[in-house]
Amino acid sequence: MFLKTAGTASVVSGVVAAAAFDIAPVAEKAVAPPLSGTLFFNPQEAAIIQAACERLIPHDDLGPGANEAGVPNYLDKQLAGAWGAGERLYRSGPWQVGTPSQGYQLPFTPAELFRNALRGIAADLKQQGKEFPALSDDEQDAYLKALQAGGKDLNGVPANVFFQTLLAMTVEGYFSDPAYGGNKDMLAWKMIGFPGAYANYFDLVDKHGVKFTRAPLSIADAPAVAHFHQGPDIPAKL
Amino acid sequence: MTQRLKEVDVVVLGVGFVGSIIAKELAATGLKVVGIERGGVRDTVPDFQGPYMHDELRFAVRKALMQDNTKEAVTFRNNRDQIALPLRRWEGFLPGTGLGGCGVHWNGQTYRFQEQDFILRTHIEQRYGKNFVGDLTIQDWGVTYAELEPHYDRFEYLLGTSGKAGNLNGKIQPGGDPFEAPRSREYPTPPMKEYFAGAIFRKAAASLGYHPFPQPASTLSQPYTNPEGLKLNSCVFCGFCERFACEHYAKATPQTAILPVLLRNSNFELRTGCQVQRINLDSSRKKATGVTYVDAAGRTFEQPASLVICSLFAFNNVRMLLLSGIGTQYDPITQKGTVGRNYAYQTTSSALAFFDEDVNINPFMASGSTGTTINDFSGDNFDHGPHGFIGGAYIAAINTNGRPIEYHPVPPGTPTWGKGWKEAVVRHYNHTVNITVHGSSMPNRANYLDLDPTYKDAWGQPLIRFTFDFPKNDLMMSEFVTARAVDIAKATGAKIVAGNPRKGPYTTTQYQTTHNTGGTVMGNDPATSVVNRYLQCWDVPNVFIIGASNFAHNATWNPTDTVGALAYWAVDALKAKYLKSPGPLVQT
Repeated sequence: MFLKTAGTASVVSGVVAAAAFDIAPVAEKAVAPPLSGTLFFNPQEAAIIQAACERLIPHDDLGPGANEAGVPNYLDKQLAGAWGAGERLYRSGPWQVGTPSQGYQLPFTPAELFRNALRGIAADLKQQGKEFPALSDDEQDAYLKALQAGGKDLNGVPANVFFQTLLAMTVEGYFSDPAYGGNKDMLAWKMIGFPGAYANYFDLVDKHGVKFTRAPLSIADAPAVAHFHQGPDIPAKL
Repeated sequence: MTQRLKEVDVVVLGVGFVGSIIAKELAATGLKVVGIERGGVRDTVPDFQGPYMHDELRFAVRKALMQDNTKEAVTFRNNRDQIALPLRRWEGFLPGTGLGGCGVHWNGQTYRFQEQDFILRTHIEQRYGKNFVGDLTIQDWGVTYAELEPHYDRFEYLLGTSGKAGNLNGKIQPGGDPFEAPRSREYPTPPMKEYFAGAIFRKAAASLGYHPFPQPASTLSQPYTNPEGLKLNSCVFCGFCERFACEHYAKATPQTAILPVLLRNSNFELRTGCQVQRINLDSSRKKATGVTYVDAAGRTFEQPASLVICSLFAFNNVRMLLLSGIGTQYDPITQKGTVGRNYAYQTTSSALAFFDEDVNINPFMASGSTGTTINDFSGDNFDHGPHGFIGGAYIAAINTNGRPIEYHPVPPGTPTWGKGWKEAVVRHYNHTVNITVHGSSMPNRANYLDLDPTYKDAWGQPLIRFTFDFPKNDLMMSEFVTARAVDIAKATGAKIVAGNPRKGPYTTTQYQTTHNTGGTVMGNDPATSVVNRYLQCWDVPNVFIIGASNFAHNATWNPTDTVGALAYWAVDALKAKYLKSPGPLVQT
């Protein structure tokens, strides 16, 4: 982990300085280096995302925090791509609020949802003379809990909807294949003991309680045909 | 501009399990058969191969194999007082698309229904009296288990299902399910290896006097050659099964079990990427003349045919009839009409058993259908007299995977994020057994399907609308059986046990099952059924509608085995009766 005060972040580049950490931090805390080379987030948004993700999945002795695992990078790539643009989202109106049983009913694509909500968060805190990345851990947790509880309107995005989307995508970025830009070095898989994209367990499945210690495999490093069993008269090719 | 094509004998809508079976049998008689599939062509090689198939985000979370809901969604409301809204993402259930249909991404759990299910109203009234049924609209199916048994058998031998018979021709067999209806012979292949969660469950269930047995699985325990001459392989328990396609030839799917034979027959022509708009009728409205479809390039075609087989997912069978003006829409107020009536689902819940850190469950060593089950509280296998509800649920240890975006069980009271959440995920990931409670769903007046008045698909046609909430009967059932599952979880010796019976209202935001049933119910009375006992449309006899939409209620168990049995049952009637003398097979 990188330990630095919020103030040092502003000297990394002129762009990040736009995040304007002009409020003195209350205590020295873990802050990730600024997200560079983003496709979607602007520096202010990236700073909020990095800080929020780290509170959702903090670094500790058990394993990586969201930043160490590359979750903000995952979010950035997802929101810049097809998912952010509303892939697999039915987008015809009319738009109505609906009941909780009816699920997501907002017109926003994920990209629009993040953009609006992050602006709303920045504006909300600015009214109090604050910025999310500069808050203490406890203050950040309290603010995230308030978002989770709902009630705030973030530029048209209900706070709880944004929070749930952020949490779900943070977990995705933490545990998905590293090919997507999160779960760096498969650290999250190593932490829980998930073997990743492939293993053949035929000989182990009835060895009950066996401790499986093989290093995990990513899509990126699993050989394409390593587990392809093809007998002479298989496949039944169409 | 519609281009009219040369007439064929049969047009089959939807090339999943049912469509493949019907088309294969009919093409083999010499008939010219066209199969129309809205999705694309795909096969084990190269489409289903690793490593990219083992991508939890793409396939399980983002549902890459499912119906394209940007083009074709469904709308939903809990009751008629609400405005139905489109499901903008698939969450609660997952209709498939593409060649092979849901048969590609299914788990392979292959249960038969019981004798009582096909005569449910008669059975319940005989055992508990006429008033016990209450306001449920259950009815007899018009076919008996004994009639379907050879067809269950044929479908299971097509799949190569791995299991242990519990009742061979009426004789109870050790190691199998003593509650099952009699089967004429053993399963095609022996049970899969028992994984750790299954063994823990088996011992606990047996200690309480219940009757555990290996879940019948169409992810095969050993290599198998089916009666079509197709070879399947052993499952390697890779843990990427449901929501995924199998790269190992180990899961029985249309691709592995029947499609290669169908596609070899020059009497059959497959057209993919084609969206059927309607079944066309002549001026009498009692005869279908074929179908109209739009291909992937947007061109419209009319395909004339003498016989139309509608073999779609339950929602889409109903929608196709309504878009075509076939049959009468069910009206929940007057109770008149049949199309869309008796929509049912599945009433699921679960219990969790959390173990010490030295107990490695290894949830990732799994297949979609490995597991250990009890049927002691299924169907009518226990006396419902004191309980005041009908139906039941099987209880089972079915850990289908350890994919961590979606599988990271934590005990009740755990924070939903932050340090406490992370600690609990790490602590319990490899040390938890999930106990499934998979229960029946009884139809009532209020739950039904019709066309949405507002929302449209990409071709400008109304979406299907479903109106559904859990009947009180089913919530009472869930309360009772989930408590039995908690008893078993406690008997495992787990440190922490949690149980969550199903509560209303039904929500589409939480995955439960893709066992959506009813809407074109089969039966002997045209006033309460859309198709007769041979799945022939009462109103238009040269249209057959086949699938889970035929279920008059949804029983305790997963529906695929019964869907396959109904397909073989119907195609037998088509070959033995209808083709010899086209016309109504049941007189009214």
